[in-house]
Amino acid sequence: MDWLNAVIQGLLLGGQYALLACGLSLIFGVMRIVNLAHGVIAVAAAYVALWLVQDGSVPLLLALVVVVPVFAAAGYALQRGLFNPALGGGELAPLLVSFGLGIVLTNVLQQVFSADSRSIGIGSLGTSSVPLAPDLSVGVFSLLTFVVGVGVIAAVQLFLSRTSTGRAMRATSDDPETAQLMGIDQRHLYGVATAIAIGTVALAGVFVGMSTQFSPTYGDLVLIFAFEAVIVGGLGSLWGTLLGGLVLGVAQTVGAQVDPAYGILAGHLVFLAVLLVRPSGLMPRTVTA
Amino acid sequence: MEAPLLRVEHLAKAYGQVVTARDVSFDVAAGEALGVVGPNGAGKSTLLNLVTGTARSDGGTLLLDGQDVTRWSAPRRSAAGVGRSYQVPRPFAGMTVFENVLVGARFGGGHGGREARRLAIDALERTGMAHLANTPAGRLRLLDRKRLELARALATGPRLILLDEIAGGLTDAELPELVALVAELRDAGLAVVWIEHIVHALLQVVDRLMCLALGDVVAIGDPATVMRDPRVVEVYLGSTVDPGPAAAS
Repeated sequence: MDWLNAVIQGLLLGGQYALLACGLSLIFGVMRIVNLAHGVIAVAAAYVALWLVQDGSVPLLLALVVVVPVFAAAGYALQRGLFNPALGGGELAPLLVSFGLGIVLTNVLQQVFSADSRSIGIGSLGTSSVPLAPDLSVGVFSLLTFVVGVGVIAAVQLFLSRTSTGRAMRATSDDPETAQLMGIDQRHLYGVATAIAIGTVALAGVFVGMSTQFSPTYGDLVLIFAFEAVIVGGLGSLWGTLLGGLVLGVAQTVGAQVDPAYGILAGHLVFLAVLLVRPSGLMPRTVTA
Repeated sequence: MEAPLLRVEHLAKAYGQVVTARDVSFDVAAGEALGVVGPNGAGKSTLLNLVTGTARSDGGTLLLDGQDVTRWSAPRRSAAGVGRSYQVPRPFAGMTVFENVLVGARFGGGHGGREARRLAIDALERTGMAHLANTPAGRLRLLDRKRLELARALATGPRLILLDEIAGGLTDAELPELVALVAELRDAGLAVVWIEHIVHALLQVVDRLMCLALGDVVAIGDPATVMRDPRVVEVYLGSTVDPGPAAAS
């Protein structure tokens, strides 16, 4: 039962990783940009939510309703103002820009919020659980995170496959030059893609802030987990990213079941094993995203 | 003949030392087909890139329907009615044939929902691709990829269509069908610029012919006259490059 419990906890944790990784996967899938600021953006969203709710006047749900659109709008601005100009400078330029942005953001967070660890209090939601079997129960909050993670991935995937803007993103992902000949304005489209990506990672960041202690440098760990989920799943496929998140989550909890110190290491080992055996990931691009 | 739909004036483009367009000027009217011939490296495909806006010219002016579009982006030119097909087909491989065409109708044509779908279906039917609508474009054979290039360009609702070697690879049985389609487009009032190595197919449709070599316009005008032009003959036999036995033959 302990092992089954570990697997179930891992799947739920994986839902959180998938939620974190969704935006990273989308930005890479559409624009071939590896956004190294991804993790710290998630942490920044957690800080903003914490700042909104800490004196008790703003309910947490309202904070989410504010944070996600604000970050999405900032994502659009980020794309138009920083990434789009960098895209003209070769493959390395956007990577360096996002690296620099990550450093700047981390330091701004340290200045404003100090380097202390914080967390967003969620009261009884954090401790209540649902029994599945006599010896088996799952936390309500973990379950909620999982449902949100799967829901967000499904929604973004549906957006990509069913809407005209989504189709334009897939077309641009396939062949940017030909997409231009179809009348697709990449600058705006890339802005929309990054807005969605940053909106989802802001949501993910607030969930992280509610589930664990975070500090300005916590973004590094978030980036690594998100990155591993994307690579394990296969670059540029959102369902793959979900699968990657689940595999990573299960690897960590099962590893921790063997020895509590091995959890994160087990995740890294599975990541390396996938890179060795299937370098293109478990679900490489079939339907592009 | 009406005022030209496309007017190209003194267009220039060089990639480093390689000149792909040197003072190229011509125009094409609505309802007119201009054929373009020339040896490899003459600058034919670059010329199309300059007109669609995927390459930036170093100098010169492009007028579309009297409007200066030289500084317009490629998407803006597409929306204004410039469509093209690539010599080596470039389908959106991860999307179905219908989605490929739909993207063109939606963004290039600027139509929403139902109207975009209708235009997409129409473009597929005109090019004989309707039965393949739900096939992933990446799985098409070469001929169908070429047809898809044309269908997608048509779906954007072009007033000017640029065709890059669409006849290459077709069988003798398929060729007349394609020639008829291009003639139909021209007769429907589109301005057509058609680059083609299969000259006999080209000559069945085009109203005028232009010969390019090393970025220069060697000759332009009545197709039969251009084909007989000594300078054109010289370019084709390569005597300007290599005055060897080939020139004598």
